[in-house]
Order: sequence, then C-alpha cells, then structure tokens
Amino acid sequence: MQSTEKQRQYWKKNLRLTGMLLAIWFVATFVVGWFARDLQSLTFLGFPLPFYMGAQGALLIYVAVVGYYAWRMDRLDREYAAQEGER
Amino acid sequence: MSGSTQGHFVSQLKRHYSLYTGGFIGFVVMLAILEQMGVPNVMLGYIFLGATVLLYAGIGILSRTSDVAEYYVAGRRVPALFNGMATAADWMSAASFIGLAGTLYLSGYDGLAFVLGWTGGFCLVALLLAPYLRKFGQFTIPDFLGARYGGNLPRSIGVFAAILCSFTYVIAQIYGVGLIVSRFTGLEFGVGVFVGLGSILLCSFLGGMRAVTWTQVAQYVILIVAYMIPVIWLSVKHTGNPVPQVAYGYVLEKVTAREQALNDPVTPDGAREAEVRAIFTQKQETAEARLKTLATGGDVWLAEEKGRVIRAAAELKVRPGADSAAVAAADRAVAEFPADVAAARAAWKKAADAAKAKAAPIPAHAEPFIGQNEAESDNKRKNFLALVLCLMVGTAALPHILTRFYTTPSVGEARQSVFWSLLFITLLYITVPALAVLAKYDVYTLLVGSSFSELPSWVSAWAAVDKTLMSVTDINMDGIVQLAEITMGGDLIMLATPEISGLPYVVTALVAAGGLAAALSTADGLLLTIANALSHDVYFKMVDPHASTARRLMISKGLLLVVAVSAAYVTSLKPGDILLLVGVAFSLAASAFFPALVLGVFWKRANKAGAVVGMVGGLGVCMYYMYTTYPFFGVNAPLWWGINPISGGIFGMAAGFAGVIVGSLLTASPDKEMQELVDHVRYPNPKGDIKTGAA
Repeated sequence: MQSTEKQRQYWKKNLRLTGMLLAIWFVATFVVGWFARDLQSLTFLGFPLPFYMGAQGALLIYVAVVGYYAWRMDRLDREYAAQEGER
Repeated sequence: MSGSTQGHFVSQLKRHYSLYTGGFIGFVVMLAILEQMGVPNVMLGYIFLGATVLLYAGIGILSRTSDVAEYYVAGRRVPALFNGMATAADWMSAASFIGLAGTLYLSGYDGLAFVLGWTGGFCLVALLLAPYLRKFGQFTIPDFLGARYGGNLPRSIGVFAAILCSFTYVIAQIYGVGLIVSRFTGLEFGVGVFVGLGSILLCSFLGGMRAVTWTQVAQYVILIVAYMIPVIWLSVKHTGNPVPQVAYGYVLEKVTAREQALNDPVTPDGAREAEVRAIFTQKQETAEARLKTLATGGDVWLAEEKGRVIRAAAELKVRPGADSAAVAAADRAVAEFPADVAAARAAWKKAADAAKAKAAPIPAHAEPFIGQNEAESDNKRKNFLALVLCLMVGTAALPHILTRFYTTPSVGEARQSVFWSLLFITLLYITVPALAVLAKYDVYTLLVGSSFSELPSWVSAWAAVDKTLMSVTDINMDGIVQLAEITMGGDLIMLATPEISGLPYVVTALVAAGGLAAALSTADGLLLTIANALSHDVYFKMVDPHASTARRLMISKGLLLVVAVSAAYVTSLKPGDILLLVGVAFSLAASAFFPALVLGVFWKRANKAGAVVGMVGGLGVCMYYMYTTYPFFGVNAPLWWGINPISGGIFGMAAGFAGVIVGSLLTASPDKEMQELVDHVRYPNPKGDIKTGAA
C-alpha cells in the first residue's frame, strides 16, 4: 500500500493536533508545577492557584484535551472519509 | 455487526445497568433499615461484602464464554461509555480508593503528584496509543510488539515485562483485598486473601475479558457511590454545600488560618502546641544523645544504661505519691529496652526521627515543596515533577489498561472511550483532595482542643481497632488534645469518614464494599493480563500456533488459576509495603513499554534491533536503579541527581527512548511490510489496507 497525498495530509493534521494538545498537557502539568511556589499568592475560589491546578484545574484540562481530541478526530475521519466501516 | 444490533445492545445495557444501580441503592436503604432495627454491625459487614462478592460471581457466570474473541477482548463490542466505566474501575485500585485521601491529608500539595499522575496519563493514552492499538486490533500488548517489530524476541520481552509489572501490581491489590476483608469481617488476613481471590476467579475464570468487563462496570457504580456519599455528607456538615469539590476552597482557607494559629505560640492553642513540641524536642535530643554515646560506648555502655533505666523505675515506685501513669511509662521503658547494640541503634534512630517529625511546626497544607532551605525545596520540586511524569507514563504503559481499548467496536469509539474513562476517573480524583481537606478541618477544629475525657466516638473506636491508624496520648498531661499528640495512619481518612461525618454504620460497610470493588476490579484485569500473556503470546503464538480454540481457552483458564494462586500465596507472605509495589509497577511499565510502543506508531524507522535494545535497556536501568536505591533491598547506593527510587522509571524511560533510537539508526530500516503496518494503524480505513485485526 502506498500512502496517498490525502493520507499524508490526514496524518499531518493529526500530528499537529496531537502536538498542540500535548503542549497544553505539558504546560498545565509541568510548567505550572515548576512555578508553583511563585504562583502561591494568587487565589481562585478560595484556593491558592497552584493547589487548585493540581487538585482540580489540570484534571479538568485533561478531560477537555481528551474530549476535544476525540471530537476533532472524529470530524477529521469523516472529512477524509476514512471512517472505519462497522464490522 | 450491523449498526442496529449494536444500537439495541447499547440501549439494553443502559437499561440493565440503570436497573442495577437502582437495585443497589435499594439494597443499601434496606440495610440501613435493618441497622435501625438493631442488626449488629458485624452482620451488616458480612451481608454487604457477601452480597457484592456474590453479585460479581453472578455476572461472571452469566458472561461465561467459550469464544476466543469474547474471552480475550469481550467480543470487541463494548460501547465507549461502558468501556469507560470498566477502565475506570480497572484503573482505580485499592491505593486510590483507600490510601490516596490519607496521602493527601499527610503530605498536602506534594501528594497531588498522585492525583496529577494518575489522571494526566490518560492524555498520553488518548493521544499516543489507544486509537492506534485499537486499529491494530489484536488481543494483547506483546501482540503489537511482535507484529510491529517482527519475530519472537520483542514479543518475549513484552511478555516478560507485562508479567513483571502486572504481578507486582496485583500483589498490592490482593493485599488490599485481604486487608479489607479481614478488617470488616474479622477473618484472618490469609483467609481474607483467599476469599477475595475466590470471587475474582469465579468471575474471570468462566468469562475472561467479557465477564471482567461487565463486572467492572458494576464495580465502578459501587465504588463511586461508596466514595461520594460520605464525602458529600461531610461537606454538608462543614459547609452546608453538597458539592464538596466547589465548597472546600473556603474550608481550605480556614484550615490554613488554623495552621497559622496552631503554629503561633502567642495564641492559647499555639502555646499548648509549643509545649507539646518542646517535650518532643527533648525526646529527640535524648534519643540522639543516646545514639551518640552508643557509637563510642558499645555493649558496655548499653548494659550500664539499662541498669540506669531499671533503677529509675524502681526509685519511682517507692517514692510516695508517684503518678501511676509515670510508673507505667517507666515500666514500659524497662520492658522495651533494646536487647543489643544493633536493636538499640534501630530503635533510637526511629524514636529520634519520630520525635523530630512531631516537634516540627505544622506544614501548610496548600503550600508546595516545603523545605528548610531553598535547596531542599528545589529537590522536592524536582522529585514531585519526576513522580508525576513517571506515574503518567506508567499509566500509559500498563498493559491491563491498554488492552481495554482493544474491546471497543471502532477506532472512533476507542478515542471516545478514553474520554469517558478519564471523566469517570476524574470524578473520584477530584473528590479525594476535597475529602483530605474536609477531614483535616474536622481534626484541626473539632478534635484539637477537645478534652481527653470526651473524645469523639470515632477516635476511640478506631484507636481500639488499630493503634497505627489512630492514637492520641496526652503528652503534656493537660487533659486537652493537641495536634502533636495525635498519630494518624493515612488509610484512616477514607475508612473513618462515614463516622467522622456521623453517618450510620451501613455507610462504613458501603465504603468497605467500595474499597473491595476497587481492589477486585483491578486485580481481575491484572490477572487476566498475566494469564493471557502466557496463554496467548507464549503458548499460542510461540509454542503451538495450530492449537484449537478449545485448547487455547483451556490453557488460558488453567494458567489463570495458577497465576492467581501464586499471587495470593506471595501476598499472604506480606512482602514490603503497598506504595513500594505500586511505584515499582509503574516505573517498570513506563521503562519497558512506553518508548517501544509510542515510537512504533510515530516513527517508521524504529526497527526490531532498536526495540529490543530499548526495552531491555529501559527495563534494566529501571530495575538496577530501584534495586540499588530502595531501602527495602538494603543496598542504599547514592541517588542519581537526588531522584527518589519511586521515580526510578524516568531513568528507565530515558534509556528506553535512547535505546530504540540508537539501536534503530545503527541497523537497517524495517522492511516494507512493517512500514505498511505502521500506515495501517495510522489511518482508520485507507484504500488497499492490509488486515491485522483478528476476529
């Protein structure tokens, strides 16, 4: 099987989306974690911001990341008519 | 399968599980009524645990199967939503359900590494692995390694690593099962292990993945209900708001204010704390002074010291009007006096450390990386982030989780299913930090400052059950409880929450059933992974590829039995602590699988030599580091860059990636067939596609 232009485009779009979402994942987890001490003075809903991010914020971001990926890729599959037939 | 039958199947499932959830709530209500009628607590515990275990066994019997695809991957028709619930139950173990709240209570912000790691890992599962593994569509993770890299060697290493990390992890689960069963029914630990095991086996033995899947969905319902009810109640008690996740920010503010007051010797409460702390500082100094003299004085001095302790006790007894508590303490000091130098060194070191911890000011719950100086704080930050990464990558590499994504009907549903999994998992993990803060508020405001003559009933009840979980001693003899006088074990937080919030015993039994569901569901998935790696990958793929279906399933079930019994046997020896086992399992999985799996999809150039070098190298580095640094093994080599042994996986991971890349670049590109396989998993349904999916 030779990969077609269409497939290369599909894969490139997938890679770009994956990279972007991984960047969000990375910032929400590691950048916030690294600067946790510096963000300590900010508060949100009564929480110091770093604690909120670790206990809730980052988790909600993860759910959003995974949810958006599933939704966006579903659309991409349909755009490229690559949707798997039901077996 | 056609769309309409799958649609019918989904609506049928929804109906069954709604009925089941309703029935379960009805059952809890019925037990609550029984409790009001005066049925004793032990009886309620038996009924609760017995009924849930029978339920799991019943689902197992109903889902029995002799079809290979049903046995290994539940027929690949588990809808995204239900696979999400099953994955969530598969994922959340005894450590999450019972231990995590305690970890957060004791270590505050730094404990959030577990919350972040155990949820964020699913981003990696969703983005890097699940859809591609589903497209590949075989039965096990070593299957993928075998097909992608070719030959039996990568598959064999995969089998070895899958068994190693799953076996380590399953021991931690069975340990939890034994603990819960023995605590709530009064059976002995060893017996508890085998009772729990019986129900695991009944379920997975007859129906394999199919039975495990539908049981796990049922177990998720129980464990989430069991976790939520007491926490919501506690939240209403302290904030008047039934949504603990929103309400506890303001409770955290109060906890922080209370921490400051207790740390400030000017306030009356703070002054009493300071008094207790001064006593602990004194104890620490005594122990340290003894250690120092022991180093030079040795045996001779130890004997003299023993003489002094005995004389002191004798003198105290003859003194008129001696305090009876002081006499008892002196007698205890004589009885517990260490027998030889080695024992003395260990005992006094422990005493010094314990007193030192108690003498320190209360650490602020919400403050990250508390250290005495900047270097210590930086080191904590480094270890926090390393642990988060390790747990995330381990999550995305544990075979029992990844195989779950083989069971959905399509690639699209596999992606959605990761979303549902993460949503269901987050529901619990978002609640755990709330519980830790609410419980802390209760202890800091209601227990601290109360009088020893009228302790809350849950305190005395748990202190009677287990001293390591809860004990309060009046150190400064003022009759009032100070925070430094309370010793609490982490597991207590979740187990005692129903009583802290003043709920009837039936909720305590519900929590026990929830913990049992969490441990059993994870153990189910793990045992199946091990047995399938042996029967499918070793026997069918390597030993006898022409084996008949009946024979394959028979071998599979036989191995399941052998693995389960040996796991239970190892567990009954009580090896090490749970956290160590969990840390080892995650680090091993992260080092062995993640690099080879991810590069296998995203880098066409990765080949067999690279995979072998990467997997062996990653596993080797990780095992070497953990063996030399975990105090359990007694080598105690210096740490690399100050990274704690629990995060040893980050070195294994680095070695794994380096191994795959270098090994691949030094050898020839993979052949055309492999490259086509990569294309095949990348695109959901390209023209001229090859076929890898087994029925």
